Amino acid sequence: MIQVASTPQWRARERRREQLFQLVGALIVLFALTTLAVLLTKILLDGFARLNPEFFSSFPSRRAENAGILPALVGSAYLLLLTAAIAIPIGVGAAVYLEEFARRNWFTRLIEINITNLAGVPSVIYGLLGLQVFVRTLMMDRSLIAGACTMALLALPVIITAAREGLRTVPKSLRDGSLALGATQWQTVRYTVLPVAIPSILTGVILSLSRVVGETAPLLVIGAVVFISRLPDSPASPFTVLPVQIYNWTTRPQHAFQENAAAGIIVLLVLLLTMNALAIYLRNRYQKRLPI
Amino acid sequence: MPNNAPTEAGVAYTRAVVQIGADSRNRRRVRAEERIVRGFLFVCALLGVVTTFAIVFILFTESLGFFEHVSVWEFLTGTVWTPTFANKAFGVLPLVTGTLLTSLIALALAGPVGLLTAVYLSEYASPRVRRVVKPILEVLAGIPTVVYGYFALTFLTPLLQRFIPALEGFNALSAGLVMGIMILPTIASLSEDALYAVPNSLRYASLALGATRFQTVWGVVVPAAMSGVSAAFLLGVSRAVGETMIVAVAAGQQPNFTFNPLRAVETMTAYIVRITMGDTPHGSVEYRTIFAVGLLLFLMTLALNLASELVRRRYKGARV
Repeated sequence: MIQVASTPQWRARERRREQLFQLVGALIVLFALTTLAVLLTKILLDGFARLNPEFFSSFPSRRAENAGILPALVGSAYLLLLTAAIAIPIGVGAAVYLEEFARRNWFTRLIEINITNLAGVPSVIYGLLGLQVFVRTLMMDRSLIAGACTMALLALPVIITAAREGLRTVPKSLRDGSLALGATQWQTVRYTVLPVAIPSILTGVILSLSRVVGETAPLLVIGAVVFISRLPDSPASPFTVLPVQIYNWTTRPQHAFQENAAAGIIVLLVLLLTMNALAIYLRNRYQKRLPI
Repeated sequence: MPNNAPTEAGVAYTRAVVQIGADSRNRRRVRAEERIVRGFLFVCALLGVVTTFAIVFILFTESLGFFEHVSVWEFLTGTVWTPTFANKAFGVLPLVTGTLLTSLIALALAGPVGLLTAVYLSEYASPRVRRVVKPILEVLAGIPTVVYGYFALTFLTPLLQRFIPALEGFNALSAGLVMGIMILPTIASLSEDALYAVPNSLRYASLALGATRFQTVWGVVVPAAMSGVSAAFLLGVSRAVGETMIVAVAAGQQPNFTFNPLRAVETMTAYIVRITMGDTPHGSVEYRTIFAVGLLLFLMTLALNLASELVRRRYKGARV
């Protein structure tokens, strides 16, 4: 593969190749930058004009200029809270078990491999699972709670992985100190490990949940409806969320609805940005006050 | 503050002493609590296994109902897919080719660009450039797929139509290209990890022999990281195969049996969404198709993920 020769022509050719690759690298950086810039510009140009107070306080409508995202925004918020309430305790619990309690045996390996594989299952399959288990078998119907259960299953593998990484940042000396004082394993976890690990666990968990906010396919499958005339008032209410509303507007042929879609996308991206900023804030705060 | 005020540490200490307290009644209670908590945490961890079983169980049982009406052979080899028409045909190949076509277009973009990005970032770029590029890739990875779908439909397709007049309004090409942008961060960052894992001794040996940086990178480092890079590509394809919203929005919802990227196609994922959103009666054969298609999709992505994992393991074992 490597020929070594040291004629001046050869050296000149090598220098040209080197420069060429530097150029390719610069072009790639440019490609990534341009793509992102074009995407954001296009969406801002399309949607910015629609972002008025009525847009935030209106229900969907047959007429594009009257349509708003109120139910979608409220639905997204409720869905996020419910999903978090279900997925965080279970996810952190599973992570604590795997990191602090589990023996290294074949069964633990099985659980771990299984979690890795679940993370690779397409989200639309989770939709089929939710449709069959929550919507039909458990008769939750096409409700907020059915959506939240489905999204919790979808988010679990990511949350478990994030929480495990958070737990791993706690030095072993803290655990040993607590155990040496006679604390049981659970007391060690409860009073020593978790208080130290919680900020970094939260960072990972918020980032995982921000993916739930943008997820569309499973909710379409379990049947988030688009036209709802009342805000959801209980977990059993029908609901819609921002990405589903955006999908609906995008697929309408009229141009005016696509402007609504773009405006909805701006709101969605701002929401995601806020969640990520929160995660980064927590991470920085945590890094400053690392107690050891 | 008076000297004898309880300090935070003092309170925590007292609480711990109370908790851990050594009288035997307390010990029994603590032991019971320990068992209960342990059991609860175990159940949490077990839920993942339960989920997998539930997915497999549901896909298989519902598909069985479908395969009572349609033979597996007809399903896997038929080239016409019209379950909702009066004249029903259940050949899944149009959905499979639609999925493969869009995924391969995505790989054709994200494969080379992702590898070049990884090589550039790991072997050439200054820390300053890395600080700019990595967050951009992270942002691209965090954009919801329905947003990419909007972008493909309302920006890329009209743009491409200026150059390719034959391009249909819904088409595999622009959906595939935008999907490529979506999987680019995955491929780039996993490939970069693989390149990063190549020990510096190999680079130094090559450079010491008089090879240039270009020769070192492409003749030594990239080949040494090849299995990690292949694993990244496989995982990227798996993502593309399972991706739903971009294709549902921009690739169209017509199951055409074609490999022509200019035409509308329907992928397996987009089909599942179309049927569940429509008013197909629950329990009918055409309704059960979504589980048969879902099973096929599940098996395809599982095979890709396992292949990726196997390739990656081989490379871990072969570390120099």
